[in-house]
Amino acid sequence: MSEDIIAALKENVVQGRKSLEDEGIDEDLTGTPGVVELTQQALDAKVPPDKIITEGLTAGMQIVGDKFASKEYFIPDMLASAEAVGAAMDILKPLLEEAHVETKGKFAIATVKGDIHDIGKNIVAILLKGAGYEVHDLGIDVPTEKILDFIRDEKPDYLGLSALLTTTMVVMGEVIEGLKEGGLRDSVKVLVGGAAVSEEYAREIGADAYCIDGFDAVRVLEGY
Amino acid sequence: MVREGILIDKPFERMTHEQVLMIHDASIEILSDPGLLCYNKTAAEILHSNGAEVTAVTPSDLPCWHIKMPARLVTDAIEAAPKTVKLGARNPDNMLVMKGDEPRVYFVSGSETNIWLDVDFPTYVKKSDPSVELRVPEFHARRGTVADLCQSAHVCEHLETLDAYIRTVNIQDRDITEDNKDVNKFFASLNNTTKHFMTGLTNLQQLDNVVHMAELIVGGKEQLKENPIISLITCLVKSPLQFVEDTTDTFMEGCKRGLPMVVSSSPQAGSTAPIKEVGIMAQINAEVLAGITLGQLVNRGTPVIYGSVPVRARMDTLGDSYGSIETSQYNIDCVQMARFYNIPNYSTAGVCDTKTPGQQTSIERLFSDILVTLSGPQYLHCAYGLLDCNSVFCLLQAVLDDAHFQMLKFFLRRPRIDEQEMATVLKQLREVVATPQKLYIRYIRPVMRSGEISPAYAFEGDGETDDVFYLAYERMQELLTKPVEHIHPATTARIFDEVPGILPRLNVYDERRQ
Repeated sequence: MSEDIIAALKENVVQGRKSLEDEGIDEDLTGTPGVVELTQQALDAKVPPDKIITEGLTAGMQIVGDKFASKEYFIPDMLASAEAVGAAMDILKPLLEEAHVETKGKFAIATVKGDIHDIGKNIVAILLKGAGYEVHDLGIDVPTEKILDFIRDEKPDYLGLSALLTTTMVVMGEVIEGLKEGGLRDSVKVLVGGAAVSEEYAREIGADAYCIDGFDAVRVLEGY
Repeated sequence: MVREGILIDKPFERMTHEQVLMIHDASIEILSDPGLLCYNKTAAEILHSNGAEVTAVTPSDLPCWHIKMPARLVTDAIEAAPKTVKLGARNPDNMLVMKGDEPRVYFVSGSETNIWLDVDFPTYVKKSDPSVELRVPEFHARRGTVADLCQSAHVCEHLETLDAYIRTVNIQDRDITEDNKDVNKFFASLNNTTKHFMTGLTNLQQLDNVVHMAELIVGGKEQLKENPIISLITCLVKSPLQFVEDTTDTFMEGCKRGLPMVVSSSPQAGSTAPIKEVGIMAQINAEVLAGITLGQLVNRGTPVIYGSVPVRARMDTLGDSYGSIETSQYNIDCVQMARFYNIPNYSTAGVCDTKTPGQQTSIERLFSDILVTLSGPQYLHCAYGLLDCNSVFCLLQAVLDDAHFQMLKFFLRRPRIDEQEMATVLKQLREVVATPQKLYIRYIRPVMRSGEISPAYAFEGDGETDDVFYLAYERMQELLTKPVEHIHPATTARIFDEVPGILPRLNVYDERRQ
């Protein structure tokens, strides 16, 4: 019974179905349980949360990643699966905390002060959540002080900064300077990205990594 | 089932109704004053017996008659010409139905070139970085052969956007003669495509042989009338205003047999027609109407297509400039004139001045392809693979053109804006604004695989490199390996028995042919 639920969970991650309202890819599966419902069913059947994650969610995402690499899947497919996994992680989070199971890491993400662009940031957040990170989205046009306060108080492992404009990307450098001044620089890895940003600019301002997109961000984090 | 083509809801027209009437009136006037020269005795006699003023031209190197057509003769012929023309196909699903008042466009290949352009991709080492190898297309021109014609028909069979096949290359093998050229070009084409086949005729003596071949394929005379799998293009009027002896014969014989006939005229603005738009339009329209008139007098009700291949002269060489902007304008005007008469139109687009595939080629082709398509010709000879005006055919270019027509067809889809669609998106909108991410991405997926989203450019390379030619070449090779439905073995046997002159190596069922 529990094996069937895990298999269905994995398949529904591949289909990118968050809930029973979603269609899926191969056929119209509307009305059958999606990842959210199956996660709850698994918990009801006493399947351990770590098994749900490794054999259901992560195994499904692995297939999705392979399909994306072979160009069978496109970004909307990848995001749908990541969003479904993210929703499952929201259900599992309290149980993981209870069981003292650690996530892959705490990730704070923000579009810097003066910049209101958030499509890229939101996609990165969905993908990271789907990849098993605990994501804290601080929003858009976030003042540098607010970012520094969050780093100081919540102690995330990673900070992702996004900027679309050449006029606002300089704020990324100000955030990193602020981290240094506050003695916080060594406590957090800083990843930067956005249309205006480049590998060279990331080096110039002292960021730990430049990520060209959300998938690159997942790859970079797995390297740490 | 017939091919769908693409319906242009609001065709692009350049001329006002008053300007159309002015062109029409001028053409009618031209046909009576100054009239035409006619080098075909039979045509002169037919026109004379139907009320045209005919006088022998003397002195003249060739027998020649001066024809003055009264307006009534022309307008009566316009009325008699069928307003719907059906072009059949070996596979009936590939049939075309063209209505003169309906701007439904069919995309067609053509036309006959002497040169076939091969391509290969040698690699070169980059001087500044010897670790980098560059793949560069090299084009090689040679005379076209019957094997090339088979290959082009084969690939055109599989080109999704191509609705009918006009033969692409002149067959110049050593064993092809004036006498056996027609039967071989018809068989090579018909055996490798199930789409409609249109061509010109080299030798009138072969007309009955090719008609018999078509009858054998469809099952008889009556069946060929119902499903005319072949049609003929004839340039019976040479600009300015001259009925040519041999093509006029071909035209009249085709009309007698009830074959669909394209009355084609191809004046060049600047040399064989006035350089001004108003002048070339009045003249080409008069020339096409003269042909239509003769066709209806030979066989009233015979299906004719208003064929227009106007072109502007190059100022540097006085050669044809198909890539010029005016050429597209003339073609669009001709489409409008044909629609004024409710007679289906054969128009021209996509012919370019360049000799090899490349940037200028794409620009010239796409410019006219898009604009002339928007004007709504029924039968658009859009020159798949044609280069260097009408001189060179390149199969690789035909594959590239197919990708461009796919884009054009996608663009011309009707907008899907209705109550149901609106209700669906308003529901989505409300759902999305209530989420933290505010993204519509999850709603892409149901439509992504339904064909509602235009695909990426068919020959997009990885990364930043431009691999268009190589990727198109791979596609071309893939299409060549896809099988085609050849003519049935028993029919093939009868064709080889009853139609003389077909080269034995074209019989795909003959194991000895290799």
